[in-house]
Amino acid sequence: MSKKSSKIGVIGSSDAVLAFRTLGMVVRPVRSPQQAMLAVHRLVQEGVPLIFVTEDIAKDLSETFAQYASDPTVTLIPLPGVHGSDGLGMQRVRKNVEKAVGADILFNDTED
Amino acid sequence: MATLRVNPTRMELTRIKRRLVTAKRGHKLLKDKRDALVRRFIALVRENAALRRRVEESLPQALRRFALASAVMEGTALEGALLYPARKAEVFIGTKNILSVRVPTVSLNEEGLGDTVRPYGYAETSVELDEAISTMADLLPDLLKLAEVEKSCNLLADEIEKTRRRVNALEYVMIPQFEETIRVISMKLDENERSSVVRLMKVKEMISQEAEQ
Repeated sequence: MSKKSSKIGVIGSSDAVLAFRTLGMVVRPVRSPQQAMLAVHRLVQEGVPLIFVTEDIAKDLSETFAQYASDPTVTLIPLPGVHGSDGLGMQRVRKNVEKAVGADILFNDTED
Repeated sequence: MATLRVNPTRMELTRIKRRLVTAKRGHKLLKDKRDALVRRFIALVRENAALRRRVEESLPQALRRFALASAVMEGTALEGALLYPARKAEVFIGTKNILSVRVPTVSLNEEGLGDTVRPYGYAETSVELDEAISTMADLLPDLLKLAEVEKSCNLLADEIEKTRRRVNALEYVMIPQFEETIRVISMKLDENERSSVVRLMKVKEMISQEAEQ
């Protein structure tokens, strides 16, 4: 196999991340945004290109997200945690649409 | 519109005319690029929204199920059962080129997947745990797809914004500036020409008057 296979990282509160460990992902339970930030940087340094972050943690990590936003080799994705989604993920999608098209055209016509 | 600060000479005029042609061609190309990017982006972002909706619906359920399962089991037994995962979730990350925007592609490394998703025997664990783990495993492809699509959307949106700025700069700043400069230079040159014609006529008149006297 010529392509290198790489691991998937998950960062979040400990009750949420345990489930991801059963899938064989690299799991970093964190308690504070600082810890999460460090965990993200460390995982990136270890060469983990795909990192999921639970939304409760991700909402305080907007700087870190922005830092890796334009890097095509590192993908940070917020995921809903145990308590369901607080809309952060959808908000990101919506922001993309607004940035690209100038207006929120997508959600107006699908949700009405 | 401010003109460029250049000498009103014929050489500058041809130079700026040439730049105007280039700017117009660049503007057309960038506009086409922007339109194509937007078209691709809209298709992609629709997929992104659908995937996100699906994941946001099913993932909390799966996680909750997992939490319930871990609640009915004893802590150490659970830890022991999950200590070593049965599968290695590994992915291949490639890159794809969408209109010269490099976006990642994510595909699951099938080699790391064992036959089973459960890292334990059935004896000491609850049914809930089995179910929770297999729903999580079912979700994995969706999660990977979501990551790929969302990152692509992100990168495309950045590129679209950049391209749109370039298009606007050309359309509303560069091109009008060139046109205005060309107008000013050619007016000045025409004026010079007229004045030299008038001068010649005057001189001729003076010469002919002198000859008459």
